[in-house]
Amino acid sequence: MSAVLQPAAERTETKNTTCYMCACRCGIRVHLRNGEVRYIEGNPDHPLNKGVICAKGASGIMKQYSPARLTRPLKRKQGAQRGAAEFEAITWDEAFAVMEERLAKIRATDPKKFALFTGRDQMQALTGLFARQFGTPNYAAHGGFCSVNMAAGMIYTIGGSFWEFGGPDLERAKLFVMIGTAEDHHSNPLKIAISKFKRQGGRFISVNPVRTGYSAIADEWVPIRPGTDGALLLALCHEIIHTGLYDREFLARYTNAGYLINLDEKSEDYGLPLRAGEPTRHDNPHYHHDQLWWDRISNQPLINHAPGADPSLLGEFGLPDGTPVKPAFQLLMERVKDYTPEWAEGITGIPVATIRRLAHEMGVTARDQKIELPIAWTDSWGKEHESVTGNPVAFHAMRGLAAHSNGFHTIRALAILMSLLGTIDRPGGFRHKAPFPRAIPPLAKSPNSPDAIKPNTPLGGLALGWPAQPDDLFVDDAGKAVRIDKAFSWEYPLAVHGLMHNVITNAWRGDPYHIDTLMIFMANMAWNSTMNTVEVRRMLNDRDETGEYKIPFLIVCDAFQSEMTAFADLVLPDTTYLERHDVMSMLDRPISEFDGPVDSVRIPVVPPKGECKPFQEVLIELAGRLKFPAFVNADGTRKFRDYPDFIVNYETEPGSGIGFLAGWRGKSGEKFMQGAPNPRQWEMYANNNCVFHYRLPRSYQYMRNWNQGYHEWAQRTRLRRYADPIVIQLYSEVLQKFRLAAQGRGGSKKRPPEHLRARIETYFDPLPFYYAPLEVQVTDTNTYPLSAITQRPMAMYHSWDSQNSWLRQIHSHNYLFLNSKTATSQGIADDDWIWVESMHGRVRCMCRLSEAVEPGTVWTWNAIGKARGAWHLAPDANESSQGFLLNHLIADELPADGSGGRFSNSDPVTGQAGWYDVRVRIYKAAADEAQESWPQFDAMKPLPGTSAARRLWQAFVAGKGEFK
Amino acid sequence: MHPAFSVIFLTTLIGVGQGLFLALYVAEAGALFELLPAQEGGGFFAAGSALALGFLAVGLFASFFHLGHPERAWRSAAMWRTSWLSREVIVLPGFMAAVFAYGLAHYLGFGGTLMLGGLGVLLCLGLFICTGMIYACLRFLQEWATPLTVVNFILLGCASGFTFAAAFAAVAGGGVTLVFGEWAVVLALAAMCTRVAALVRNRRIKPKSSLQTAIGVKHPRIAQKAQGFMGGSFNTREFFHGRQPSVLRLVKWTFLVLAFPVPVALLLAAMALNSQPFFMLAFAVQYCGLVAERWFFFAQANHPQNLYYQAIS
Amino acid sequence: MTQLALVIDLNVCVGCHACVTSCKEWNTSGAAGFMSDDNPYDRDPTGTFFNRVQTFEVGEYPDTQTVHFPKSCLHCEDPPCVPVCPTGASYKRPEDGIVLVDYDKCIGCKYCAWACPYGVREIDEHQKVMKKCTLCVDRIYDEKLPQDERKPACVQACPTNARLYGDIHDPESVVSKAIRDNGGYQLMPEWGTQPANHYLPRRKTEMRIHKDELERADNPLKIDGLLPKPGVKEPALDDVTSW
Repeated sequence: MSAVLQPAAERTETKNTTCYMCACRCGIRVHLRNGEVRYIEGNPDHPLNKGVICAKGASGIMKQYSPARLTRPLKRKQGAQRGAAEFEAITWDEAFAVMEERLAKIRATDPKKFALFTGRDQMQALTGLFARQFGTPNYAAHGGFCSVNMAAGMIYTIGGSFWEFGGPDLERAKLFVMIGTAEDHHSNPLKIAISKFKRQGGRFISVNPVRTGYSAIADEWVPIRPGTDGALLLALCHEIIHTGLYDREFLARYTNAGYLINLDEKSEDYGLPLRAGEPTRHDNPHYHHDQLWWDRISNQPLINHAPGADPSLLGEFGLPDGTPVKPAFQLLMERVKDYTPEWAEGITGIPVATIRRLAHEMGVTARDQKIELPIAWTDSWGKEHESVTGNPVAFHAMRGLAAHSNGFHTIRALAILMSLLGTIDRPGGFRHKAPFPRAIPPLAKSPNSPDAIKPNTPLGGLALGWPAQPDDLFVDDAGKAVRIDKAFSWEYPLAVHGLMHNVITNAWRGDPYHIDTLMIFMANMAWNSTMNTVEVRRMLNDRDETGEYKIPFLIVCDAFQSEMTAFADLVLPDTTYLERHDVMSMLDRPISEFDGPVDSVRIPVVPPKGECKPFQEVLIELAGRLKFPAFVNADGTRKFRDYPDFIVNYETEPGSGIGFLAGWRGKSGEKFMQGAPNPRQWEMYANNNCVFHYRLPRSYQYMRNWNQGYHEWAQRTRLRRYADPIVIQLYSEVLQKFRLAAQGRGGSKKRPPEHLRARIETYFDPLPFYYAPLEVQVTDTNTYPLSAITQRPMAMYHSWDSQNSWLRQIHSHNYLFLNSKTATSQGIADDDWIWVESMHGRVRCMCRLSEAVEPGTVWTWNAIGKARGAWHLAPDANESSQGFLLNHLIADELPADGSGGRFSNSDPVTGQAGWYDVRVRIYKAAADEAQESWPQFDAMKPLPGTSAARRLWQAFVAGKGEFK
Repeated sequence: MHPAFSVIFLTTLIGVGQGLFLALYVAEAGALFELLPAQEGGGFFAAGSALALGFLAVGLFASFFHLGHPERAWRSAAMWRTSWLSREVIVLPGFMAAVFAYGLAHYLGFGGTLMLGGLGVLLCLGLFICTGMIYACLRFLQEWATPLTVVNFILLGCASGFTFAAAFAAVAGGGVTLVFGEWAVVLALAAMCTRVAALVRNRRIKPKSSLQTAIGVKHPRIAQKAQGFMGGSFNTREFFHGRQPSVLRLVKWTFLVLAFPVPVALLLAAMALNSQPFFMLAFAVQYCGLVAERWFFFAQANHPQNLYYQAIS
Repeated sequence: MTQLALVIDLNVCVGCHACVTSCKEWNTSGAAGFMSDDNPYDRDPTGTFFNRVQTFEVGEYPDTQTVHFPKSCLHCEDPPCVPVCPTGASYKRPEDGIVLVDYDKCIGCKYCAWACPYGVREIDEHQKVMKKCTLCVDRIYDEKLPQDERKPACVQACPTNARLYGDIHDPESVVSKAIRDNGGYQLMPEWGTQPANHYLPRRKTEMRIHKDELERADNPLKIDGLLPKPGVKEPALDDVTSW
């Protein structure tokens, strides 16, 4: 081997930090040679990835040294159109001065005219705090267009959810069913776990329209039509209940299956659980725990968990006062009565026999392969258990279920199926991760009136919360939305992650109102992170009759020259993950493990390039300049030197002892979860692989919805305020309360406006039901017979990596994959140029025939297509000339239904973007058409501060100083 | 395979050089046994040898374009025990030296040219075998892995060398033009037979490797969806000719016409008319045909690695 | 005699390409010299990689298998690329069986690539020498690394542990056991190259449920009275015959 090509002098060091090539947050060890990144490997001592790394993580070098990096603050040139990407470089002083003046004015007049929305960031605790201190309700991260249905559907049912908040315990599971997951969330840990699971002899079933990624190694692939998972899950519930394969003991004790539901049609409380009216030791101002059971032993109504009682789960009873009641489980059984496998076959395309077999496999595995761990624990009602038991059937689901406008109920059905099998927080099933489980719903609330917004005052509540009843909605007296994205309005009542995908359309239209400044952090809203991309780009550049932009001021912070930066008035150059501090905080989405809370940090390994500044520093600086109460001292001077200082010293309330990081708190780092600020906290994280991991005593590691010991621990460490049990909501009281409000009854003061009553009444069903996605309901499916969806490639994270010269070689453009039979029936062959057309638009692309896709589905890799010149690629790069974006086919709003209402193309419960609801048709492009993807946009020029010229070829060798 | 012009010119040009040298030696040996007219002085052989050397040198020069590091070419003599390429690298300069010495001896009028020439003939045959074996020894390139490859290199080289020799003799005189021409015709016809035999053989080849053996999955229906990269790689550039099948067919018929019947006809005409231009034309046409033949030789070889590089997505 | 090799378990490979880029990352700054990329930000980007992950579809819908297939130098026990090399740049190390290229001797004639049926050698267009997987020979013997990190970068990276590494001549090694126990096979055995790298096939775990497993005395429906005994008044043989 030759040593000629090595740099002469060598100074090497190794630093630990946390990856950010996707949202997974693996621990990495970065090797530097002469100050340049030489090698990034997984940190073997990190609990999340245990030393492994993915294709993206191993390509971090090419992100760090990408020519597409922004390095200077930029101001749109006077007179230049938005989108033309004509900028001049300015100083940070100028940038801060511009922002300070503008934001101070907004804050002093009408704070809601400032909106802050962020993409796949990992600092929602800070951005949320910033928005709250500013006083604007108009803040959210990307959750609304990502997977809020997954969070809401699960948390409103079992008090926890997949990915950051919980996951499948594949260590102990025997059967693993993955639904609607390609290869994304919790990527490396899931890969590690699936592999171990398979090698231990576990059976892995994947339900997905497409067989890629993880599904590839499934023992069985069950192709399903997109958007019909709800029908499958309800049919599985049907089969499991009707064959008696459910875990009755679990349902009776740990869910509300036995709660008696008021069926007195005339009652104000119709459909709500009846209560004994007695105090219980678990009551708190938010939740009561005195619901009634029908005790089958004494054959009378008794308060739940009365000693010696066992609830009837089925039947029909009358209370002494004559109120007709049924146990919630009886209602569930009635609900799924007609959801037979035969019924589901017609909807899902899955044969009846397969559905039955799946149900039997799940039920029999859960019943006959019980796990018993010798761990004694005490439940919330004081019963001591000698062991922890589990039913080893685990599930994982993600956006394939979530990104449909029927996703909330689909995911409720999944959570109910998991509960029927008795798999919640038990070995081999679903396991929570701290700070979950939380109350159903969690206590955090947004304000419920526009009065919470006052000039120069922090918002009177959290921008995002968990409505428990109609009165928690953030609407004005007329029932109109207060937030720009209409989250927590009657349109999208449980929009717990906001609706980022509606912000631009709403702000442009001035419905519910116009805003002044929109600040976007690392979200590509002018391209792949938006629906209806062509129109949204137009809206961003649209002006009113006075010549003023409809969205007057647009600040974009990003590390790269994305499509979105072209539309900014002010561009702020962010750092890469290797150049900054970050915290994966317990206040946000930590990296907790099943066995206890874990949080972690990023610590810079290289200095920022050019004038790049971490977005956190921008926020801390602005917060100081704007004198937010939490960021200034009594004398008005700035409280925090910088972000690291803020992380160490900020407490949620003075003296609360709760800060962003849970580890090494207290003066000398002797405490955790709660304790005084520790000036050496960063150092201690640095010395511990950037991770704090607390392992709960084993008796606190399971059954945490109802584990008295765990709850007391959580209360002591201030993870939870109350220690009440979190009873699984097979039957959702919250949803019924909204339905009652729509029916003009119930205890809530707020009632939906007339035109939304039917919508609320329909979709706030306390039991899950199946309906075709809203977009499909208004589509002529004869004309547009095919579902079009995207899958996420494992070597790319959304749009992030086309500027990465290694990763883009793997995916430089994308094809539309379609089943060979579907293609052949239309005379379409491999590599043909075809048109894909929906009700809303069309794209031209190349196609690839496949046997691994359901015949009614076409799909492509997400966000490989790019706009010309964006991401510093050549104008004729494959990404823009052959790659395409499916987003052009997807509407941001549903077609008008004549009710006068205008609805986002979203779930009517949560506002989750219905990405995968679109129906399309395909046809061959004419022979004389250009062999180029369509639509095309004017080429984006390189932004000042990005590398002037593209290299014709490159050969990276760390330490030679050629890749500054 | 992707036909590289450096190698096409190398193999065709040294073939001419080798054939030409053999023709010269035939003339000298023939004269010895009084089967052929003796040449006056060494001028004929010296000039012929110089021309042969010219072909060999240009061929050698072309081969350098095939190398990533031509400055290290000297190293390639190292592995003569195992590598036909290494052997060729040794034999080629050896043969060139022999041709040079042979020509020089004739030019200076030294004796022993017959011995020297005999050595040259051995080296010449060795070179043919080395060149042919470079391809024939690659057993999984089934189109090449046949003795016909070596036979064809010999016959095609000899035919083109004798054609050139005929043209040379027509210009230089010496009374061997017709003999060379007749030999050239016979060799061309023989080469045509063996080359067509190779074509017939190759058409019947059943590839030993398949997608099934390539990835080790037993199923009649396997299709590649992604080769792991989209913008091409060495594997997609080096082993694919990148042309439509129609181009291949065209090239095949081109060489079948230009390398054999046309030059044979031109040779016959040239001999009948005693026409220098016709001899030259015969060689020019045949050489073009051989370039096409060599291009086709490479393009037709289907490397099993190509099984792994069939689709992007 | 030692023969180091990789065993790639197709049963768990999800096709994530971690091995592809971690290999590039380690080697481009390693003893191998750079691994160049052409058109890194232009049309048709192309570069040198030692390892690629490919995707195949096997079978017909709905009985389709998607097979992710990583491929790098197989370090053949009888490597056809070695004897053909005219300079001796391509060689097989007797001590551990790794097939390597000496970049100082390589003249870039590509003949070794022609002689490899697997297409695992790539010429670096700018260094102008033939390159291939080295099994991270500059990692696996590096005594500065902890013992359990002396593995090829791809093996370290692989999230599903689909890449096993060890000595296939040691019958007790992880790789030998994996080959033995799980039907490990070689690619293109028809050429007799004896690749040291092996592949483990897909294995399928199935579940068989007997009909009577659905009929249980402890069926919970009984507790809630949904599987009742027939009523005493319903017709019975007692009503119709006296024998």
